[in-house]
Amino acid sequence: MVLTIVQSLCFVLFVGGCSYIAYRGFRNVYLNIMLGRSAEFTDHPGERGKTMLMVALGQKKMFKRPIAAMLHLVIYVSFVITQVELIEIFIDGIFGTHRIIFHAWEHIPALRGLYVFAINLIEVLSVLTFIVTVAFLYRRDLLKLPRFNKPEMQGWPHMDAHIILFLEMFLIINIFIMNSFDMAAAHGEYGFWISGMIAHYWEGMNPEMLEIFEKIGWWGHLAGVFGFLMYLAHSKHLHILLAFPNTYFSRLTPKGYLNNMPEVTREVKLMLDPNAQVEPAASDAPAKFGAKDIFDLTWKNLLDAYTCTECGRCTAQCPANMTGKKLSPRKIMMDTRDRMEEVREKMDANNGVWADDGKNLIENGYISVEELRACTTCNACVEECPVNISPLDIIMQLRRSLIMEDSNSPNEWNGMFANLENNGAPWQFSPQDRLNWEKA
Amino acid sequence: MDIKVPTMAEMAANGQKPDVLFWVGCSGSFDQRAQRITRAFVKILNHLNIKYAVLGTEESCTGDPAKRAGNEFVYQMLAMQNIEVMNNYGVQEIVTTCPHCFNILKNEYPALGGKYRVRHHAQFLQELIDQGKIKLTDATTFKGKRITYHDSCYLGRANEIYEAPRKVLELLDAELVEMKSCKTKGLCCGAGGAQMFKEEEHGKLRINEARTLEALEVSPDIVASACPFCNTMLTDGVKGKDMQVSVKVFDIAELIAQGQGLDGF
Repeated sequence: MVLTIVQSLCFVLFVGGCSYIAYRGFRNVYLNIMLGRSAEFTDHPGERGKTMLMVALGQKKMFKRPIAAMLHLVIYVSFVITQVELIEIFIDGIFGTHRIIFHAWEHIPALRGLYVFAINLIEVLSVLTFIVTVAFLYRRDLLKLPRFNKPEMQGWPHMDAHIILFLEMFLIINIFIMNSFDMAAAHGEYGFWISGMIAHYWEGMNPEMLEIFEKIGWWGHLAGVFGFLMYLAHSKHLHILLAFPNTYFSRLTPKGYLNNMPEVTREVKLMLDPNAQVEPAASDAPAKFGAKDIFDLTWKNLLDAYTCTECGRCTAQCPANMTGKKLSPRKIMMDTRDRMEEVREKMDANNGVWADDGKNLIENGYISVEELRACTTCNACVEECPVNISPLDIIMQLRRSLIMEDSNSPNEWNGMFANLENNGAPWQFSPQDRLNWEKA
Repeated sequence: MDIKVPTMAEMAANGQKPDVLFWVGCSGSFDQRAQRITRAFVKILNHLNIKYAVLGTEESCTGDPAKRAGNEFVYQMLAMQNIEVMNNYGVQEIVTTCPHCFNILKNEYPALGGKYRVRHHAQFLQELIDQGKIKLTDATTFKGKRITYHDSCYLGRANEIYEAPRKVLELLDAELVEMKSCKTKGLCCGAGGAQMFKEEEHGKLRINEARTLEALEVSPDIVASACPFCNTMLTDGVKGKDMQVSVKVFDIAELIAQGQGLDGF
């Protein structure tokens, strides 16, 4: 009895502690995203809901690469379905019971059948997931798929990917430790196929040992689940949650659309006609053109950055990257996230208040001017992203700042701007010659 | 041979209004290679007695290269001038042979007060073909020829127009072959985002070279494009591989004009 109470207490403290740590992590992610500028992404709720169902839940865009899609689908389905098991784990944990749902249902054939089926399904999916995890490691480390081995993937991102895969294996191994020792202790009465086969190896062990190992598996599985939950906010694996809001808040305009800056419209209208009726500026602060730092990007750009799982499909399709330029759309997203983390750390050390640190997202070890200059705005990265992230939107806002705030432009572009202003064409031709093509 | 091209100003002076404004664009106006595309398209329009006009000297750059380089000021100044000109003429319909002009006129001008029905010439030609108005006089011109179509980013991914240019090419009765990267996966020619107007950043290969290699892989007789900038990039790429004798780069409008016997532009 005392032991049961101690166990229940341990469980509640463990779950409570882990949940609190996880909450702190998620809260920081939320606060960081809210550092961004406001932007409207709530129109057409029906279309947004549909996009989320197709792209996040249905993984529509993953199927452009069928092999990766099938492998990913196994882990995804298995992850979702395995969570069913947590219901019983929670009840058992709180009340110190053992397989309470099974015992409540064991005399009702239909429900007992359902329970056994559910566990068997989880076990089959777990075996498949284990195989897929090995396949993922193989693709990453032995096949060395180029998109997993670009320069931006060195160091922490490489480690992050491996932590996720090993944590998945850890979870699965513990499911089988738990179930197989339980099967051996109960002489197979649960009727689980796969763990039943493993249980044969434990025949002859004494009942206390079986129970101890079963508990190790049970706690191990629980630790794996909560380990993941706490880790998510610090990992690229966060996509399992953010893929949903991120696809809901998708850009619904054609990919070719690039917004007209209203602050520029105001200035240009006054320039063309000093008496023009213009909307007053939203604030008295001097208008800032384009983005230099995370604060100047929209919250959607920042959500994009946290949603990125660093799969590198964008970079693999980027014409600049393909031809050896420094630009990698994935790195744009990773740098944005890293800068947010840096800002949060500094804010935490300063009672939650932001004090300018003299740095920003351009250069400072983040996104270089050379990278920004290499983009052809071809939208290949946007098209490829399985969770509707737009690296291009960030690139364009940073480019605007380079040109309009810093006058940081290659000489050829300066010449082009001058031509456009003087003769309405990017080349030095007279507007009077515009119709010369009709002469042979 | 000079061709007669009506301007909006002339038409307005005669109290007339065209059905559609042909937006020529800077490349089509000034680039010698692209001028041939413009002439081919105009020959088709004239041949079909379509009531159109151009702005001529009143047309300016749409502002696309400035905007994509990051210079919103220059873009909006040009856009507002263009919109004023077009609104004064009461323009409602636009057709253009440049996907960059098409994209910006269709997607970005409306918010500045320029609301028009904008079509790219691939769509325009496809509609004419669907209506049975374009028929090839000499169907043997392209018999046995292999044509591969290069997707322009601003037509394809940017505006999801993949089928119209291919439908236009189907009329030619040639053998259409797809490159390794096509449609949503189409590889950029390297010109977009104002790259056309600057040196490429340091790398291993030029982007137009990479795309040309993909095109040459399918051993085409003709590389078809629907964008004057892609055309320039691919023409340069083919020349760079010394293949310009056996592989020709043509715009879809040029191919249709050739098929209609409207050659000699």
